[in-house]
Amino acid sequence: MIRVLETPFDLNREIAAFNARAGAAGAVVTFSGAVRGAAGEARVDALELEHFPGVTERSIAAIEAEARERWPITDIDIIHRVGRLAPGEPIVLVCVAAAHRREAFEAADFLMDYLKTKAMFWKKESRSDGETWIEPRAEDYKDAARWKESK
Amino acid sequence: MARLLFFGKLGDIAGGRARDFPLGAANTVSALKAAIAKGDPVLGDALAAASVRCIVNEEMTHGDAAITDDDEIAFMPPVSGG
Repeated sequence: MIRVLETPFDLNREIAAFNARAGAAGAVVTFSGAVRGAAGEARVDALELEHFPGVTERSIAAIEAEARERWPITDIDIIHRVGRLAPGEPIVLVCVAAAHRREAFEAADFLMDYLKTKAMFWKKESRSDGETWIEPRAEDYKDAARWKESK
Repeated sequence: MARLLFFGKLGDIAGGRARDFPLGAANTVSALKAAIAKGDPVLGDALAAASVRCIVNEEMTHGDAAITDDDEIAFMPPVSGG
């Protein structure tokens, strides 16, 4: 299930719901990302995320479909926030269920690498030293490229 | 008039995330970028970047793609989720 949310979500409740629904598969891996409170020396006051309604959801669906082709996954939840977020607020949650841990770990890792570089979001940090649009770092592209080589 | 959408930093440079724009003789994405650049060279430069992608009517496209005044044309800088 893919959700792009304008309002905050409750991490624990979402993870519990996923486990209740999909946990019988055997292995569940969850990753959550939160807004960082600092960018180098600067303090981050807020993060604003934009998306392209409809197109963004389809870009995530394509990423999920690719993960399902690569690993025998039984269930996936992807939640991604948009709008204005404060430091510490959850921004992304990826839950993967599979029969065994290895494929669940790998699929979650893959999903995050692709969400970072291919999902259609744009984010702007409001910082103590001004506003900055964030683009993927070289490391993010390198991380995503790992999956081209391995499978 | 075509509907233009500007995402991320392009929205800041354009001074708004959406605008209606009469295509006139500009019947491809490349020609549209040139027409925009005439009125707004700073935005024109930003749109000319190789990293800027274009989506017409919610489908990924390229510079030679044909466009009409009925189309929605979205310009997107590099994405950054997660």
